[in-house]
Amino acid sequence: MEILVCVKRVPDNEENEIELNSAGNDIERDDLVYSVNEWDNYAVEEAIQLVDKHGGCVTVVSIGDEESEEVLRREMAMGAEKGILVSDDAIEGSDGRGIATVLKGVVEKGKYDLIMTGAQADAGAAQVGGMLAALMDVPYASLVNKIEVLDDKKLKVGREIEGGDQEMNEITLPCVLSIQTGINEPRYVGIRGIRKVASVEIPTMTVSDLGLSADVVGAGAAKVKRTDYFLPEMGEGAEMLEGSTDEIIEKLIELLKAKGGLQ
Amino acid sequence: MAQIFAYIVHKDGVADDTALELVAAAKKLDAGTAATAVVTGTGAELDAVCTEMAASYKEVYKIDNAALAYPNAEVVRKALVSVLPADAIVLIPHNTFGMDLGPGLSIKMDSPFVADAVDFNGIEGSTLKVVRQEFGGQVSTHVDCDISAGAVINVRPGPFLPDESKSAGGQVVDKSGDVADLGVGRKFLEIIVPEAGDVDITKSDVLVSVGRGIEEEDNIEIANELAEAMGAVVSCSRPIVDAKWLDKSRQVGTSGQTVKPKVYMAMGISGSFQHLGGIKGSPFIVAVNKNAKAPIFQVADVGIIADILEFMPALTEKINEQ
Repeated sequence: MEILVCVKRVPDNEENEIELNSAGNDIERDDLVYSVNEWDNYAVEEAIQLVDKHGGCVTVVSIGDEESEEVLRREMAMGAEKGILVSDDAIEGSDGRGIATVLKGVVEKGKYDLIMTGAQADAGAAQVGGMLAALMDVPYASLVNKIEVLDDKKLKVGREIEGGDQEMNEITLPCVLSIQTGINEPRYVGIRGIRKVASVEIPTMTVSDLGLSADVVGAGAAKVKRTDYFLPEMGEGAEMLEGSTDEIIEKLIELLKAKGGLQ
Repeated sequence: MAQIFAYIVHKDGVADDTALELVAAAKKLDAGTAATAVVTGTGAELDAVCTEMAASYKEVYKIDNAALAYPNAEVVRKALVSVLPADAIVLIPHNTFGMDLGPGLSIKMDSPFVADAVDFNGIEGSTLKVVRQEFGGQVSTHVDCDISAGAVINVRPGPFLPDESKSAGGQVVDKSGDVADLGVGRKFLEIIVPEAGDVDITKSDVLVSVGRGIEEEDNIEIANELAEAMGAVVSCSRPIVDAKWLDKSRQVGTSGQTVKPKVYMAMGISGSFQHLGGIKGSPFIVAVNKNAKAPIFQVADVGIIADILEFMPALTEKINEQ
């Protein structure tokens, strides 16, 4: 099975407190720690496990600058055989559809049975996988938390739906799946693993290499544009307890007793 | 201004809470246009939902087809594309169904897509001003969406208060005949309900709920000790279940359990909207988090900026002393 997994380099939500820059129009990006989008990492692990079981090859693709190459190498160290980097200033400012259009170009340069994305990334839109599938006219399932190969034309996939229930579907290949966290336990990648793939060549492609005209991507083509960032209104917000740990705990215990949290 | 449509999610003949939230969302989007509800399904359950919706929407499009008996987003998408006008503004709840439907629908309608809208700030010319959040709710953004050729907008469940006026006196319009071929490459098989866990967190008045801040599996014991001291039960947010440190039955959130405790101790939980969606009944929420920007502090009653690995044992000790 030939599998393409789309991965994105994002500011690591665990490692960073996201703050606004002094102009207030963007987040402060200087000291951010970046890593692979968590959902994408689960997708790569799942792809590797499918190939281990059923044969084939995993390719990872990322859209971004040369720093995204690090993310591709990390995923290749996990076991993805090939990497593709799409890097082009023309893509800057693309909306979801623009990104999906670029990925469609990548898909058409290869021959894939299955395309995976993470269920969502840093912007929390959960949109690229579904758009890509619709552009390609192939079936799509989102929030996938189980994949079973039925034969070379069909998969059985579980989707995570409300209340912890799982919606089982049969889906025909080729298709696009967006992967939910928890579907597997992604393997650890050590420095040795990354060194091993350090010299593997990762081809870099531009929009024109993909046979796309520059006006279908980028800010010019985008009908959805983020104009600024701002801090959400705190509403009432929490009453912040301050002071020494002892003082805080004393106050908290009082409150908990009043609210029925302590007998 | 193009027509606004609200997709109604329903189950067992009853509309989802989001159905009336979308009435409010549509009014906020454009107070001058009465939105039309779109309900897909089949038989008596569909009719019941359409009748229910006519109280809240001036017009209700009913799309009855055996292939729509279960809301498979791929099938629903095809039905909507054949029924809705090309420049429609379509509102869909941003839940597990909406995430499945919205992005692909926007491509097939050839219109822009905005995910997870939390507010609308008016329309200037053909630009709709939308408010969204990024980075798990740590920052908000203003988004401009060109709606001149319609739009598909997924609306977050929760921020728009349901419009309970039910004074629309609307009518149901049967659009079933407009539906063309509904064949798709994805077939719904069944719903698998998870096995019950060892503890029912929905029955507990006090929950000590842990998130990423717990850092390591061995530290779960620290939460167990606090819970024991408080006479509480340990629950958690999604990353803890993903890491397999606690059973799925302990997860609070839209994809886990919905809980209604009196007191909710959010320990090292950032507070994504999916997590908060699982907390009902306005409990007293205590949030402890190292990150002063964590969204949980917006909804908590009491907040403490601290490392839970130090704070929880200290609290446990004090409670046990008393």
